[in-house]
Amino acid sequence: MFPARSHREYPHRYRLEAGKCKKCGKIVFPHRLICPVCGHREFEKVTLPDTGKLVTFSVIRVAPSQFVDQAPYAIGIAELTNGVKLLAQITDCDVDKLAVGTEIRIEFRRVQTDGHQGVLSYGYKFVPKWY
Amino acid sequence: MRDVAVIGVGMNKWGELWEKSLRDIFVEAALAAIDDAGVDHLDSMTVGCMTGGLFVGQEHLGSLLADYLGYKNLPATRVESACASGGLAFRTAFIEVASGMSDIVLAGGVEKMTDVSGDGATYALATAADQEYEVFHGATFPGLYALMATAHMQKYGTTREMLSAVAVKNHFNGSMNPFAQYPFKTTREEVEGSVMVASPLRIMDCSPITDGAAAVILTTIDIAKKLGKPIIKIIGSGHATDSIALHSRDDMTTLLSTTVAAEKALKMAGKSIKDINFAEVHDCFTIAEIVVTESLGIFAPGKGGEAAVKGETGLEGSFPINTSGGLKSKGHPVGATGVAQVIEVVKQLRGTAENGRQLKKRPKIGMTQNMGGSGGSTLVHILEVA
Repeated sequence: MFPARSHREYPHRYRLEAGKCKKCGKIVFPHRLICPVCGHREFEKVTLPDTGKLVTFSVIRVAPSQFVDQAPYAIGIAELTNGVKLLAQITDCDVDKLAVGTEIRIEFRRVQTDGHQGVLSYGYKFVPKWY
Repeated sequence: MRDVAVIGVGMNKWGELWEKSLRDIFVEAALAAIDDAGVDHLDSMTVGCMTGGLFVGQEHLGSLLADYLGYKNLPATRVESACASGGLAFRTAFIEVASGMSDIVLAGGVEKMTDVSGDGATYALATAADQEYEVFHGATFPGLYALMATAHMQKYGTTREMLSAVAVKNHFNGSMNPFAQYPFKTTREEVEGSVMVASPLRIMDCSPITDGAAAVILTTIDIAKKLGKPIIKIIGSGHATDSIALHSRDDMTTLLSTTVAAEKALKMAGKSIKDINFAEVHDCFTIAEIVVTESLGIFAPGKGGEAAVKGETGLEGSFPINTSGGLKSKGHPVGATGVAQVIEVVKQLRGTAENGRQLKKRPKIGMTQNMGGSGGSTLVHILEVA
């Protein structure tokens, strides 16, 4: 992965920065240039809450090459306490105990490695609250 | 707008075609369509291909394929909408003939997927998802449809048995399709004993990696009459998009792009879904067929799985789905799939579907639904025997 591509995502991946529409209040993650609800073009920078609950999940057993050493691993979509939904890996857990509705918190983790000499990519993962 | 008919169809036997290149596969199907139509020239050509670049390192496909088809200097347009590229090529050709810009247009689709490893294919297909906010985190395509399946099971009580019913039915239909990649029958036990890919989806819930092409010839009703061909008229065309990231949608148990595209196509045709006799839909995974039949309005939300178990979608059912075997059995060379769906509908409407899978009560109106990614785009077409 070319470093610039990774670098430009740091505000979202490292700091959970989102945009809040100054007109209608819609929160978009990642940031956008125009509000998908009202068409307004000005946003204020907000930080996403770091807790929510799973609305769906799956345990991946056939994984892409960057993730083979982690398989089987779970991915899920969580709805955060402010209503924003996002997808991430669910880590530090017994995947057989996951359920829709499981409460999670967001933690900062290494997400993938681009080969032996490539960029280490960090970002957010979900951790069930029971861990 | 001029009325437009499909007068020729052609495809090859799909599979792992080690001896054939992308260009050969495409030209085979295109020549079969040209021969079936009996036309002596083309005015234009559209080709759907998701990613020749990632699968065989080849772009600029419009020109390459027109050249190898023997048509130097032909206007040739390659279109892309992930797994809906074929459906988009068909719509583009339809618009071109309807508008009066061209009289005889070939709409084709092609994908050569086995020149890369399984991992390479997984990477190429994943480009149809949100690279930075889905794929980056380890989501795969089976994984995204698995997220839909889990949500659907949670909301409606959809079961493992319902998913299996889709696979068993489509392989049964595909066993009668001489062009299918996997024309074998299967059983619920085999499906449920197959290896897990992304829970709850097993390998027998997934459509395969396929090399293949498909092509159809579109022209005006007047030219079709002069050629003396059975006239299958395109009466509706709908196209809609949605966010390609699944998590950006309000409801993950339905496919809004499919609902909107179907509404547009039905409105154009002046029909309701009850007027449609059968459909070819995008069963890239078993759960997809269930969600799509609900999103099209064929069955109520949450009732698609039950309908599959009860045989409502079988050859003898109230609304046959995927008489060709669908993506599951026929194969899924992504760019070709949308065009091959049209071919099956044309065959059923002509009454020429092979080996006993022809619907007994001869259908009058058929529908195709071809979808990109996890539903980020959908093309719906409605065809009628004139």
